[in-house]
Amino acid sequence: MAEVNINDKLLSVSTSPHLRADDSIAKIMWTVNIALAPAALFGAWWFGMNAVMIIVASIASAVLFEYIVQKLRKKTVTINDGSAFLTGLLLAMCLPPTVPVYMPVVGSFIAIVIAKHSMGGLGYNIFNPAHIGRAALMVSWPVAMTTWSALTVKGVDVVSSATPLNVLKQQGYDSVLAMFGGQGAMYTNMFLGTRNGSIGETSTVLLVLGGLFLIYKKIVKWEIPVIMIATVGLLTWVFGPAGMMTGDPIFHMMAGGLIIGAFFMATDMVTVPMTRKGQIIFAVGAGALTVLIRLKGGYPEGVCYSILLMNSVTPLIDRFTQPVKFGARR
Amino acid sequence: MAISFRGGVHPNDRKSYTAGKPIEVAALPGKVIIPVRQHIGAPCTPVVNKGDTVKKGQVVAKAEAFVSSNIHASISGTVVDVADYPHPNFGKCLSVVIENDGKDEWAEGIPVQRDWKALETAELKSIIKEAGIVGMGGATFPTHVKLSPAPDKKIDTFILNAAECEPYLTADHRLMLEAQDRIVAGVLITMKVLGVTKGYVGIENNKPDAIEAMKKAFEGTGVEVAGLPTKYPQGAEKMLIKVLTGKEVPSGGLPMDVGVVVQNVGTVVAISDAVEKGIPLIERVTTISGQAIKEPKNLLLRVGTSCADAIAACGGFSSQPEKLIAGGPMMGFAQTSMDIPIMKGSSGILAFAAGEANLGVEQPCIRCGRCIDACPMGLNPSMLSVLGERNLFEEAKEEYNLLDCIECGCCAYSCPAKRNIVQYVKYCKAQNVAKQNAAKAAAAKAAEK
Repeated sequence: MAEVNINDKLLSVSTSPHLRADDSIAKIMWTVNIALAPAALFGAWWFGMNAVMIIVASIASAVLFEYIVQKLRKKTVTINDGSAFLTGLLLAMCLPPTVPVYMPVVGSFIAIVIAKHSMGGLGYNIFNPAHIGRAALMVSWPVAMTTWSALTVKGVDVVSSATPLNVLKQQGYDSVLAMFGGQGAMYTNMFLGTRNGSIGETSTVLLVLGGLFLIYKKIVKWEIPVIMIATVGLLTWVFGPAGMMTGDPIFHMMAGGLIIGAFFMATDMVTVPMTRKGQIIFAVGAGALTVLIRLKGGYPEGVCYSILLMNSVTPLIDRFTQPVKFGARR
Repeated sequence: MAISFRGGVHPNDRKSYTAGKPIEVAALPGKVIIPVRQHIGAPCTPVVNKGDTVKKGQVVAKAEAFVSSNIHASISGTVVDVADYPHPNFGKCLSVVIENDGKDEWAEGIPVQRDWKALETAELKSIIKEAGIVGMGGATFPTHVKLSPAPDKKIDTFILNAAECEPYLTADHRLMLEAQDRIVAGVLITMKVLGVTKGYVGIENNKPDAIEAMKKAFEGTGVEVAGLPTKYPQGAEKMLIKVLTGKEVPSGGLPMDVGVVVQNVGTVVAISDAVEKGIPLIERVTTISGQAIKEPKNLLLRVGTSCADAIAACGGFSSQPEKLIAGGPMMGFAQTSMDIPIMKGSSGILAFAAGEANLGVEQPCIRCGRCIDACPMGLNPSMLSVLGERNLFEEAKEEYNLLDCIECGCCAYSCPAKRNIVQYVKYCKAQNVAKQNAAKAAAAKAAEK
């Protein structure tokens, strides 16, 4: 057998450890994309062609903007890591299915170029890029962003021209029940996703399944989604329309963008606290702000703004929730 | 007993490459290169000159400080050089080079037959000191220093560190299967020197045969053999003490602060050899492994044997290695040369084939927090790496507990962005020391004026 002669110059030298877990940023990002896929596909089917166009435009433009910015900044192009794809997908899933196709492109520009790369790129952004994109569209085209047209499937009107939270804000809880034709039907429709709303936010069951998949994959810790959703449930029940303890927590937990926000936005690693303790504080804060906006604010829905507001205090939370070092307790 | 410590990781241990292979005595090398720095503390001073004839076990470099340890000739022959040679940790180091005369003759007075039970504590300690014994798990702290705790530290517990938590390494595992008598003697000698009656042997559960062998060997001695959860870094002193005794070594402190002394398996074997046979530390068991090694083995090697000779004894390479590592894969040092010698602390020599190390390109931190979850010391490695990247080494020390880091590598292991976190930590530590030294030098200069 021929001897293998070692060439010293081919030896790679680095500091320990010399073993690394078989994991990468790309693996994490694509796994999140996969977890979102069922709810996104459901939205595409439920809302039809325009929703498909919005999803495609949003993802394609997000990836393209990332490519352009990284070329201009003379940085390594990282469009294959799935993070720009994820931003585009999340943005599309938070938009009404009726907006014109140029809006997700503008939103992607703001998300990728302003919110992400002007901060330094992946890992450095303070705010969730997809939510910044959505918030910018919200202030730029408030009418288009809050108008839902009646949805027709196979020639039959299946959903009224408003989201449940819109109806709740303008006409009250009884009108929500009337819209669905009873509480049981309301829960069923909101659980399955057969209601009006943003493209990817309606199907509670598919989003929860995706979220559980991420928890199973150890990409998301259960604390953030569970605590944020529970906070919303608790506070909406306590501060009900007919006085204390009269709210409908189940409705509120499934309504609007709470499920997608709690599982996929409030768990965005880059923009939330790093320690378990910090994440719990973040989740309670985001849940409480959501309820405050829903019940007392001018908007029917508050998940997007509440998460953005909590993003802004993440560095502060991090600072006060550092881990306790070994040997400090005597 | 605490069930576990916080944090830690579960790397693929790849111990099966060598776990079943009995210790093999390697052929004597043609020459040995013996560095004067093989321990933590002051380097030794060579006491032989070029041209001198030396015999096996003779002192070739003497310890002149308390925290230092004698170095002995590991073969008989002629000193052909006393000069700088490659060193696994310091690049180059003053070394004594001995050419083998093939006789393998002991120096006068070695070996002897001694009954340790008849010896006084002070004698035992002196024998251990003269024999040049250091911690053989890799940290190489001089053993006699560990056995001489300050009078105000009351030692009540001895722990034999048999966790061997580093992947690949099986040297201690094999010793537990093949050298039980020497391990038991070494442990009992150490406990006598320390004057303690409570003793533990901590072994990771991935070595059930070793646990069984040790349980049998220690029967009737009062020493408790404990199987521990397999989790890296179970063999880090602080983690081991926590799991076995429930005590946390205070931040900045030593095991003796909680009344514990820990020694590694190889070290107690060396203690037994020194006390019972008068043999100084001139050889050790080293695991030669990795996918680029043709026939991975556990070799009994003379100190100073070159890495090239050791690998040749394993049939050489099966492919061009991507990495050559002295020590274990989690805390060992990557090497650039095959000329480095086996030293007292060389627990392993690993040659990784392409892809085995799973190297990657470093990316920005995405704040996933896995390093924080993995850190057994309760630190924020992400923050330390970011501060290191920005040269903020003082903030790392003052506000993020830089000096508590034990450099176990769990953070970098678990990092999906492949950040070289331990490198930043080492850099920050070195910068802080450099800054302190500069300040001291400036103060001394000012005092002169």
